[in-house]
Amino acid sequence: MTDAAPPIAPPLIALTGIGRVYGTGEAEVQALRDITLSIRAGEFVAIMGPSGSGKSTAMNILGCLDTPTRGSYRFSGVEVGGLSRDQRALLRRHCLGFVFQGYNLLPRMSALENVELPLIYRGIARGERRELAREALTRVGLEGRTHHDPSELSGGQQQRVAIARAIVGRPDVILADEPTGNLDTARSREIMDLMTSLNREAGITILMVTHEPDMAEYAGRVVHFLDGRIARDGSGGADAA
Amino acid sequence: MLLEALRQAVQAILRNMLRSFLTVLGIVIGVAAVIAMLTVGQGSTTQVKSDVAKLGNNLLIVRPGQGGGPGVSAGTAPSLSERDAAAIEAEVPAVSTAAPLSAGSMAVVFGNQNHTTNVTGTDNRYLAATGWTMAKGRDFYDSDILSGAAVCILGETVRQALFGAGDPIGADIRFRQVSCRVVGLLAPKGASSFGTDQDDLVLMPLRAFQRRIAGNQEVATIFASVRDGQTTDKAKAAIEALMRERRHIGPGENDDFNVFDLKQIATMLTGISTVLTGLLSAVAGVSLLVGGIGIMNIMLVSVTERTREIGIRLAIGATEAQVLVQFLVEAVVLSLAGGVIGILTGLALGFTGSRILHVPFSPDPWVMLLAFGFSAAVGVIFGFFPARRAARLDPIEALRHQ
Repeated sequence: MTDAAPPIAPPLIALTGIGRVYGTGEAEVQALRDITLSIRAGEFVAIMGPSGSGKSTAMNILGCLDTPTRGSYRFSGVEVGGLSRDQRALLRRHCLGFVFQGYNLLPRMSALENVELPLIYRGIARGERRELAREALTRVGLEGRTHHDPSELSGGQQQRVAIARAIVGRPDVILADEPTGNLDTARSREIMDLMTSLNREAGITILMVTHEPDMAEYAGRVVHFLDGRIARDGSGGADAA
Repeated sequence: MLLEALRQAVQAILRNMLRSFLTVLGIVIGVAAVIAMLTVGQGSTTQVKSDVAKLGNNLLIVRPGQGGGPGVSAGTAPSLSERDAAAIEAEVPAVSTAAPLSAGSMAVVFGNQNHTTNVTGTDNRYLAATGWTMAKGRDFYDSDILSGAAVCILGETVRQALFGAGDPIGADIRFRQVSCRVVGLLAPKGASSFGTDQDDLVLMPLRAFQRRIAGNQEVATIFASVRDGQTTDKAKAAIEALMRERRHIGPGENDDFNVFDLKQIATMLTGISTVLTGLLSAVAGVSLLVGGIGIMNIMLVSVTERTREIGIRLAIGATEAQVLVQFLVEAVVLSLAGGVIGILTGLALGFTGSRILHVPFSPDPWVMLLAFGFSAAVGVIFGFFPARRAARLDPIEALRHQ
């Protein structure tokens, strides 16, 4: 498998003229001004940019947690702006996986239970859920840690649990918001290797916000945000440095 | 899904055991109070009814003095006599028998045992009217009654006090300066609604009591039995008319005697116990309301504490309804747990209370079902607002929450 899908594939994600405004009148803030971005299935895209450049806002919109003030967001051809809150929840449930900087695991629940969580909302029976969760934990290299609480795991291990939770439902896209932000270099590299292998082997599209150029190097494409606009959009590797 | 929500709710509750317990304490107290009140209330009502039935369902009690009920002093009104009893029995068609009786409290002695009890002079009509049966021996012979023989019949309590396990029949017991042959033993009745021991008595012929103990011809009370099929009201009116005539009370003058219908006591006692049960239940209801507010308060705290968790759940695809159900189920499980603990505590309290008050323990399954339903309702009502708040959280804000 190559790291890019065939060029004829229709875009999985298509943002056209997206704007996001917070507040009104004097307090109005233009978080996103005019974003047009198209991502094909199977891409690994890093989003970079200084604080306040709108990359988090863009991630929220891409993750269907927020809706744009103007413009169009099509996911697999579906206009997300026209979906209700619950429909967007269903889209997240079935097509998206989230990885956060702070892991966001539920405390006092074992790694296995954390990974099971998205499947509960899909109404999958307990036995099958256990099985799938165990598989996902094995995929991220934590087969021996299934019954540990997050507090008993290292940062890198917690992030692996979070990744297992993101992939357990076989999503089309993983949205990772600074996934290595709380980790040291060695742990960061392990996480990025894992993400790369998920991208290459499982064909999961990955959108990752980072401000570390080293991490962006893992991506096949780097999009730079600045003041709510896309400043630069190019291939990864040396280009990002 | 609901099963899953139930499992998660139980986990969340167990995770915070102490807090959960304190939260449901209000519900526990409320439900326990209601159950205990109603159980004891029900028991005492049953007790009053059966006591009155034991005393005789259609019994009118004639006493000198105005109004009131049993226990009210006769004051200066002239006493009754055996002739009054005879007249009532003869001239009031609605009355089958009218038993005169006179009584006093005194120590009775057998060997080196003594016991203070109520010695009552009367005849067999009293035994029939108040539903006493003989456990052993005999009742009074007509010759005993006519001659005022020194014979007596014991209640079970007196027998125990004087004879222990022994047989009293044929023994001679003494009270005041009288020696009296025991000829019979009454079958025990147990405690009355007033908590008095009905078996604590000694019966002897009226004339023996009047002559040997009281030293007069007075009759303190007449127990008139109303014939089956006749109303006590009618009989009461007839007795009142007769007694006014016999006691020369002119029109417009107040009675110097009173005729008391035992059913009035039953009605009165039942009324009191209903009012008390109602009042106490209202207080318990307030406690339930307060308990519900306690649950709402803790659920709101819980929603705030778990904002991040809710954000995560929403992000990974929980719908609003699923989050709502999760928190609602948690509130309902909490309040139901409180309800169940409350029901059990209430039953235990009710059982203890019934024992103390000597009333039958009569738990009502409907009341328990009602308490169960009520605590579920408290959970739904007071859990809904916090649950909706959780469900409506903005996932982005919630995830950012620290």
